[in-house]
Amino acid sequence: MSIAETTGTEAEPMGIREYLLGHLRTYGLLFALIAIMVFFQITTSGTLLRPVNITNLLLQNSYIIIMALGMLIVIVSGNIDLSVGSVMGFIGALAAVMIVQMDVPYLLAIVICLVAGGLIGAAQGYWVAYWKIPSFIVTLAGMLVFRGLSLLLLEGQSVGPFPREFQALANGFVSDIFPAGIGQTLAAIFGARQVNVLALGVGIIAAFAIVYSGLRARARNRAYGVVDEPRAFFVARNVIVVGAIVFIMYKLSTFRGLPNVLITMGVLTLIYAFLTERTVLGRRVYALGGNQKAAKLSGIKTERLTFLAFVNMGVLAAAAGLVFAARLNTATPKAGFALELDVIAAVFIGGASMSGGVGTIVGAVVGAFLMGVLNNGMSIMGIGIDYQQMIKGLVLLAAVIFDVYNKSKQG
Amino acid sequence: MSALLEMRSITKTFPGVKALDEVNLTVREGEIHALVGENGAGKSTLMKVLSGVYPAGSYDGEIHYAGGLAEFRDIADSEKRGIIIIHQELALVPLLSIAENLFLGNEQASRGVIDWRGTFRRTEDLLRKVGLREAPTTLVDKLGVGKQQLVEIAKALSKEVRLLILDEPTAALSESDSQALLDLLLELKAQGVTSIIISHKLNEVRRVADTVTVIRDGSTVSTMDARTQEITEDAIVRDMVGRDMAHRYPARDRRAGDVLFAVKDWNVWHPEHADRQVIKSANFEVRAGEVVGIAGLMGSGRTELAMSIFGRSYGQNISGRVSIKGQEVDVSRVDRAIDAGLAYVTEDRKSLGLILEEPINRNVSLAHLQGVSKNGILNDNLETEVAERYRKAMNIRTPSVFQKVMNLSGGNQQKVVLSKWLFAEPEVLILDEPTRGIDVGAKFEIYGIINELSAMGKGVLMISSEMPELLGMCDRIYVMNEGALVGELTAEEASQERIMSLIVTE
Repeated sequence: MSIAETTGTEAEPMGIREYLLGHLRTYGLLFALIAIMVFFQITTSGTLLRPVNITNLLLQNSYIIIMALGMLIVIVSGNIDLSVGSVMGFIGALAAVMIVQMDVPYLLAIVICLVAGGLIGAAQGYWVAYWKIPSFIVTLAGMLVFRGLSLLLLEGQSVGPFPREFQALANGFVSDIFPAGIGQTLAAIFGARQVNVLALGVGIIAAFAIVYSGLRARARNRAYGVVDEPRAFFVARNVIVVGAIVFIMYKLSTFRGLPNVLITMGVLTLIYAFLTERTVLGRRVYALGGNQKAAKLSGIKTERLTFLAFVNMGVLAAAAGLVFAARLNTATPKAGFALELDVIAAVFIGGASMSGGVGTIVGAVVGAFLMGVLNNGMSIMGIGIDYQQMIKGLVLLAAVIFDVYNKSKQG
Repeated sequence: MSALLEMRSITKTFPGVKALDEVNLTVREGEIHALVGENGAGKSTLMKVLSGVYPAGSYDGEIHYAGGLAEFRDIADSEKRGIIIIHQELALVPLLSIAENLFLGNEQASRGVIDWRGTFRRTEDLLRKVGLREAPTTLVDKLGVGKQQLVEIAKALSKEVRLLILDEPTAALSESDSQALLDLLLELKAQGVTSIIISHKLNEVRRVADTVTVIRDGSTVSTMDARTQEITEDAIVRDMVGRDMAHRYPARDRRAGDVLFAVKDWNVWHPEHADRQVIKSANFEVRAGEVVGIAGLMGSGRTELAMSIFGRSYGQNISGRVSIKGQEVDVSRVDRAIDAGLAYVTEDRKSLGLILEEPINRNVSLAHLQGVSKNGILNDNLETEVAERYRKAMNIRTPSVFQKVMNLSGGNQQKVVLSKWLFAEPEVLILDEPTRGIDVGAKFEIYGIINELSAMGKGVLMISSEMPELLGMCDRIYVMNEGALVGELTAEEASQERIMSLIVTE
């Protein structure tokens, strides 16, 4: 039925140069993280990657990463949530009041806090989704309201300490399930003081899983003739990622093992990466952010989806609030102050677009780690908070400029 | 008559592509010169070279303008010499008034303080010239596209225009607005303004143009002079596509089955002004395998009718019944309308039909994600397969289905929208201006697709402002005016005159 001949051709295998140019953002972020780590490893004379510091790094950034997962979805849907820092602080305060002052069992308190977070998200999402009030305004209001509520709840005081079990949420470690003998043998071999076999094992299994799923996806794409990453890149990327995971897990295993928080973070990241990339629900969020009107006319319930994005954000902010309170072992009225900015920055550094429809979970997590390493490295170096703020600001700006430049070049 | 503009052997290359190859264009003083060609033929690039968007030095060849060699550095430079281009996408600020828009960047001011009285007086003069009866303080937002177009022209006139370039000025206009605009062009010509008009509407080209230049694949194919020869649409089309096109509308077996889609007593009120009835008890039906047209002027309520049926996407207080295959169906939400077997291909594909930032495969699956997923989990490979299938069936010209939709031409974008809705497996497709802004070749392909749908027994309801298209494609045509269906014509009865007379007599 065509009148003009087809000028389209089958996809040709791409050269390494073209591939790299097309995926500059993904690789750029990974290289930037590695470069920054190498830089600080040198300037802190090896302190950055000491087992205790790696553990600290994970604990310090856990709540940011947990919130970045929700923020990524909110931003991809074309909105923003400025209230997460306050909500996080408020939930911490709520937990403290319930557990410390009212003797509510901590498990029940955790459930109540998560539900409260969801309700807060629903209260804000309702106005954004069904009344079309700009999310910037609604959550700016939320930010003030929940900051005030935390103050009210805590009567301006710090409340703590929490029972041990609750603290374990953030500061606990998974105990080694393997016989102590194996750990001692390994420790002798590696010349370390101790080795947590579980941590090392989880690291190795995770590494294998990543390589295996990568190979499988590659084989499947090949079978469908989908444009694929050049082999050299695939190998290099996997070597770097596997090396990094095994290295970090080994370091952790010579300290206190697997932090509970790392498990929480890892599982949540996996769940949300799957949700955004592989499910109908996730796809619809991208469509909503990409073109709300077109999404609506394609039968997508855009209002409900926006609402759910905020409910989800609320629950994750609550989870982060619990971890934060458990880590500090006290709830303070200042908890979570200005933290929303770190979370939002992490998401944008991770490649999300301000106008919605673009961004990945993995990008947001790497973005959060990048900010975390910057914070941590500069603190160890003894750089003042003044310079730290400036450098972080410039890094955010540079990342977004890079995005825009990259996009304009692709035309 | 002397030449106002002579572009000699213009060659412009982009990395990897030769967009223009030795193009010659001569425009005489005081004429209307039509520039025609398929999308991507190089018309816009040529105009960008002329207006200085691509500055002198970035192309090969010479531009002679008003008796001298012209080397424009940028748009401001060419505007100073009286070359003004009005783009397809209008460049007006919606929330500013007509007067503010007219003098934007050229404010009537002394020492930075705007002289409002002078501004309004000059605005009134200019509006009179273009025949637009609106107050200078009216916000552009409140004007229809046709009137906005006139504001653009008034803006050009305010800048002492010598050569006016219009890029598809009537693409978004109704028949009567188009006529008014073309009349205005003829009037400006009488006042000595030379213009270049880029258009896909060949009947309009024939009506106003003194000279027609056809560009194909970046080269000048032919120049026809209306004063020395008869210019026929067939001749233009032949030069545009490079071969004879015997039939502008592909033939189809016309065989209507049972009533597939029926709408009864459909009433809709305006979404903001609850007292304004937009659709007045509309009744119509579409049979299986039938292509039914809705003709009418811009603003007659055709799009509003379609959108209000499709999941109440327009209006309030909607009443009436919709049935498919004799069964009354619930179309109160878009997802329900889709489930009931309806599809609506929007008039504005960029802002309502596609997610431009996303690739073809993700756009194709969007309205029917359950077709590429199981238990809510997507099957990427199936999605790719589906997109590939439609790429082949629809002849979507792209290197791969992972190409972002924004990189496709208008015709190919429209094919992606159609693919999206075909994948949702509807019984009835409502096509709103399915060939707007796409070139002759792609139009022909879209007509072919419509015919295939009808052969499959689907019902097609086609809304179009191009009457020849409705006459060429439809088995039956409803005529709409001011929110009511005022007449129904069979293919044999229908003609442009009869449609117009139904609209006018009502």
